[in-house]
Amino acid sequence: MDFDLTEEQSILKDSLDRLLADKYGFEDRKRHMAGPGGWSADMWGRYAEMGLMALPFAETDGGLGGTPVETMIVMESLGRALALEPYFATVVLCGAALRFGGNDDQRAELIPQVAEGALKLAFAQVERNSRYDLHHVEARAERDGGGFVISGRKSVVLHGDSADRLVVTARTAGSARDEGGIGLFLVDASAPGVSVRGYPTQDGLRAADIQLDRVAVGADAVLGDPEGGLALARRVVDAGIAALCAEAVGVMATLHALTIDYLKVRKQFGVPIGQFQVLQHKAVDIFVALEQSRSIAMFATMMADNEDDIERGRAMHAAKAEIGRNGRLAGENAIQLHGGVGMTMEYAVGHHFKRMTAIDITFGDADHHLRALAAKGGLLAA
Amino acid sequence: MDLRYSQEELAFRDEVRTFLADNLPEDIRQRLVDGERVDKDDLVTWSRALTAHGWAVPHWPVDHGGTGWDPMRQYIFLEETQKWPAPQPLAFGVNMVGPVIYTFGNAAQKARYLPRIANLDDWWCQGFSEPGAGSDLASLKTRAVRDGDHYVVNGQKTWTTYAQYADWIFCLVRTDPAAKKQEGISFLLIDMKTPGIEVRPIQTIDGGHEVNEVFLTDVRVPAENLVGEEHKGWDYAKFLLGNERTNIARVGMSKQRLARIRELAAMEMSSGRPLIEDERFREKLAAIEIELKALEITQLRVVAADARRGNTGRPDPASSILKIKGSEIQQATTDLLMRVMGPHALPYHGDEVEGSNELPIEPDYAASAAPGYFNFRKVSIYGGSNEIQKNIIAKAVLGL
Repeated sequence: MDFDLTEEQSILKDSLDRLLADKYGFEDRKRHMAGPGGWSADMWGRYAEMGLMALPFAETDGGLGGTPVETMIVMESLGRALALEPYFATVVLCGAALRFGGNDDQRAELIPQVAEGALKLAFAQVERNSRYDLHHVEARAERDGGGFVISGRKSVVLHGDSADRLVVTARTAGSARDEGGIGLFLVDASAPGVSVRGYPTQDGLRAADIQLDRVAVGADAVLGDPEGGLALARRVVDAGIAALCAEAVGVMATLHALTIDYLKVRKQFGVPIGQFQVLQHKAVDIFVALEQSRSIAMFATMMADNEDDIERGRAMHAAKAEIGRNGRLAGENAIQLHGGVGMTMEYAVGHHFKRMTAIDITFGDADHHLRALAAKGGLLAA
Repeated sequence: MDLRYSQEELAFRDEVRTFLADNLPEDIRQRLVDGERVDKDDLVTWSRALTAHGWAVPHWPVDHGGTGWDPMRQYIFLEETQKWPAPQPLAFGVNMVGPVIYTFGNAAQKARYLPRIANLDDWWCQGFSEPGAGSDLASLKTRAVRDGDHYVVNGQKTWTTYAQYADWIFCLVRTDPAAKKQEGISFLLIDMKTPGIEVRPIQTIDGGHEVNEVFLTDVRVPAENLVGEEHKGWDYAKFLLGNERTNIARVGMSKQRLARIRELAAMEMSSGRPLIEDERFREKLAAIEIELKALEITQLRVVAADARRGNTGRPDPASSILKIKGSEIQQATTDLLMRVMGPHALPYHGDEVEGSNELPIEPDYAASAAPGYFNFRKVSIYGGSNEIQKNIIAKAVLGL
């Protein structure tokens, strides 16, 4: 058992943290948010130069052969800075779809483009009635000659308005909630019949509602098995959950640091408010939540590439539930400890709280995952 | 980073399991599974078995009977014995006074006390708390006045766990009433057979008899029983209390209790089906399991950090949360275990002070459920209450 980073991993962490400390202050972030696309093309280029986009892909596919630990490092750092770029959508989610579902041709075509930062992707899975169920798919992919014609509506596609291509879940057979009959399809975002309506999300990131109206794709657009794609969708989302847990640790670490700093400088009744025991104990609650989150995010990272769907799924349920619960506790307490200042848009802590909240309700909140884990017999069940 | 045990660590774990299977009497194990308290004889039996195998005090220096295991192996041993479950060694001896003696004691004290602590030839209890000195321990009043070759001790200690069995008590006593309160305290070893010591039981709300009051009236203690320097006792006490970073979370015990909860919940019926099939129950169970998994990894981070810095430096900041989270989880498990038994947790099976001649009421394994819940309210109070822990973290870790 070993909790240490390798030398290369330490270098990765240090250089990314340095870059973000230098280039991604609170005011920089505001500027990026207001710019075209709602994120920084300059930063995106720098990430690509550092090799972040290539990290999780096999070297034979044009990647750097990184493990989930590298993704954890990157996501935690991005979380600390509340980075806005579509790394999660492109590299983590759709990257996993390519890694686990792409055939040789698809990987050869797309991974090098992702790795150099030239191609942006988004995972179009959520629908109006799906909530957090990956098997709830109403969008349809009808066979048409050798290819498919896809119709349906996808909601809250993270960074869907930045994507060059979409990975769309659509039903090739069965009815809305069947586990079978689901496929994952690569769809060009500019293809006829695709309309994308982008918007900002509560946390300052971007998403899109995407209408697919008789969008024709070839047989080469299918990732994996067009009728048995649910397992692939689960792998994609599990990779996403592990990464979100790591991001949440970064977000929470900043929440915690900002709060401790504030308690030391804000004076009332003639003393720094951090001298009041009732506030100290709330600050410790945040600290405990952060450390427990760090631990469970490590657990999620270790399980992220596990081939056993059941074991991996249980681990992700546990991790996302713990992160959701702790993140909410840390975020709400951080706002409370800041008092009125915490309520203002112009101060950073509220933005971390909002990102924390968004992470909770992305791919299943704490209640959802607790229920799911319980239904599967719990974490310690043999 | 790799959170799996190495092949060597797995082999070691198997060795521990084999040892437990071969050496722990089944009746002792079963009493622990049933949530009963181990009695003195059980613990002595088990300590002798450990000594015979050289495993009584793994964390001690090798010169004094330690095994030389790295912190990870020490942790694996601890976790396996807790999960089995096997009795836990008497902490007052092997985890508290033992390390104080081998760190601060003189050669004669080491030779005299350490082997007898390891083998449980001497049963030790802890004389720290007083009626007026709980969370504010340094305000303790028990006086020790030097009189020739002796100290004469007068005062009262309380919450003294297992004083009724004890051969020795290690006491914090005030030797300089004029000094600042932390600077006038000394660390004395007192033979419980010395005239002037009276032990009175305190019955706790579970009906049990673990803790006592200890009255000391003109107790004459040889001056050679002073550990380290006079008036430096507070430093040794802080060392003793800060020394516990691997055993305080009790992850293995909580795992064992959760396994027991699963087992009982599969037998107990609720709404016409086994309780384990109830969704609400499963969610409560899963919620505790998740918290415990996070705590286990937090614990392992602390163990790994100790291994890296040779167990000497400042503890990892995460270690400070082990007591808080560990106690919360222990309380959640004892609560859930009682609720598994439902109304069958109600019958009172008599207490340890008065004794009971009644036949057990069925099901007998329910007898310890409610007392266990009541008893475990203690874990967020003893060893520095969770509120005191938060004060410590706020100051030492957060810098507030």
